[in-house]
Amino acid sequence: MSLSQDDVRRIARLARIAVSDDEVAASQAQLNQLFTLIEEMRAIDTTGIEPMAHAQDVMLRLRDDEARAANRREAFQAVAPSVENGLYLVPKVIE
Amino acid sequence: MQTLKQQIDALASGQTTSVALVTESLARIAAHNGTLNALITIDADKALAGAAAADAARAAGDTRPLLGVPLIHKDIFCHEGWKTSCGSKMLDNFIAPYSSQVAENCDAAGMVVIARANMDEFAMGSANENSFYGPVKNPWNTQTVPGGSSGGSAAAVAAGFSAVATGTDTGGSIRQPAAFCGITGIKPTYGIVSRYGMVAFASSLDQGGPMAHTAEDCALMLNVMAGFDERDSTSLEHAKEDYTRELNTPLAGLKIGLPREYFAEGLNADIAAAINAAVEQYKALGATIVDISLPNTKLAIPSYYVIAPAEASSNLSRFDGVRYGHRTAKTGSLDDMYEQTRAEGFGAEVKRRILTGAYVLSHGYYDAYYLQAQKIRRLIANDFQAAFEQCDVIMGPVTPTTAWNIGEKNADPIAVYLEDIYTLGVNLAGLPGMSVPVGLASNGLPIGLQIIGNYFSEAKMLGIAHQYQQVTDWHTKAPQL
Repeated sequence: MSLSQDDVRRIARLARIAVSDDEVAASQAQLNQLFTLIEEMRAIDTTGIEPMAHAQDVMLRLRDDEARAANRREAFQAVAPSVENGLYLVPKVIE
Repeated sequence: MQTLKQQIDALASGQTTSVALVTESLARIAAHNGTLNALITIDADKALAGAAAADAARAAGDTRPLLGVPLIHKDIFCHEGWKTSCGSKMLDNFIAPYSSQVAENCDAAGMVVIARANMDEFAMGSANENSFYGPVKNPWNTQTVPGGSSGGSAAAVAAGFSAVATGTDTGGSIRQPAAFCGITGIKPTYGIVSRYGMVAFASSLDQGGPMAHTAEDCALMLNVMAGFDERDSTSLEHAKEDYTRELNTPLAGLKIGLPREYFAEGLNADIAAAINAAVEQYKALGATIVDISLPNTKLAIPSYYVIAPAEASSNLSRFDGVRYGHRTAKTGSLDDMYEQTRAEGFGAEVKRRILTGAYVLSHGYYDAYYLQAQKIRRLIANDFQAAFEQCDVIMGPVTPTTAWNIGEKNADPIAVYLEDIYTLGVNLAGLPGMSVPVGLASNGLPIGLQIIGNYFSEAKMLGIAHQYQQVTDWHTKAPQL
């Protein structure tokens, strides 16, 4: 298996990372090298093996549905790039 | 060099004060951090004010043992009021508005934070060369890397900036820099130390832990860091332990497993010799040796380099230039803003892992990569459980080589992934693992012994390391600065 430059552009788009033509070429070479490494794993017979999501197969806990966190909007918005009247500002999305 | 235990005793007996300890730390930092670049943020005023407050509290009868001890946090733990950059341009302007559970625990113990340690960007790297703030230098030889991703923490402890530092370990990021810098570090069982407020890389693997000179210091510090936290969905509801309780347990009858795959081709001869000498020392302490096999060791690399990037690509999607962190100055559509912000904010290694993760999770590839990697992960975990039926702990090298030269491996980033061969399996299985200094190679660089225990055996492992440190002096060796 080998990734084309179009594959690299597609996944960069999926990941929302702008890439230059030079970066596409460099990424293509490195990702292909990495996937060569990963290929050896694909050949292993894992029939009947349960996937392991993480080490301790514990159930996620539930708790009572009550508000606990304090309202700290001002503190959290103080680190935002652009806010106004308590709202996060982004480029216009509706014409 | 002062250990945490020595600082605790000196504070308790009145031989020293927190202000004196912090002043000494700041002086060492002023003298050597310019060369080592181990720290991203240093706050002398805050540290000295905290020290004065700790001394006043002690004078008023406060007997918390770690009250006033200087501490350095890896720059991955959010701590309210401190810049928490995670080694990234993306968070260069981020002053944490809340604290991680680890930072809260250290605050509650009365420790005085003096600085924040440099690290590989978003904890991705094995050499600390991927930081937005520049590479960290190894105090043993400033031409070489300190290891990563907790390279700043390791270099800071080795250089005597503080007796202890916090670290995190996703694929070896506590153990490998501890080995390269000649200090002791432990990655606990997954779920023991809360991930709340610890910037996420690969959530099913990330685990915080202490880095210090001795196993005893790691035990004292793990007592502070560990504990159930309902704000971390994978935190284990495990009763509070005293990790110092087995420090003085004799080792007679201890069965040590040596995995033959960890001593195969590719292991540096000086490291093999140092590990063998340490094993001989353990025999002299009453241990017996068992030959074991971890047959899927090699598969840890591909499995890890699918799972970790997949989780990273998901976790790092939060950096969108809207709620915190960097935002591009370029104008355009919302999508343009996302794409430019992330192109500018992330470094090359982080982008590589996000792209890898996005690919293995994309439509049509999930079963072939991510699900297969999770099945391999089960095989690796099963290998360890089979081994623990034959032995109490596993020992081997942490790394195949000693620290390499800065820049030496930049041309081939994927080749560096192979250096993680001995550490990745522990994270995939969720087991505790530690690194203990056991020698210096002919090039003068430190060598680490890895001790791997079964789940929840931290106290036993720390005791095993402590007993070794009672009869050897590798942990007391300090670099000439």
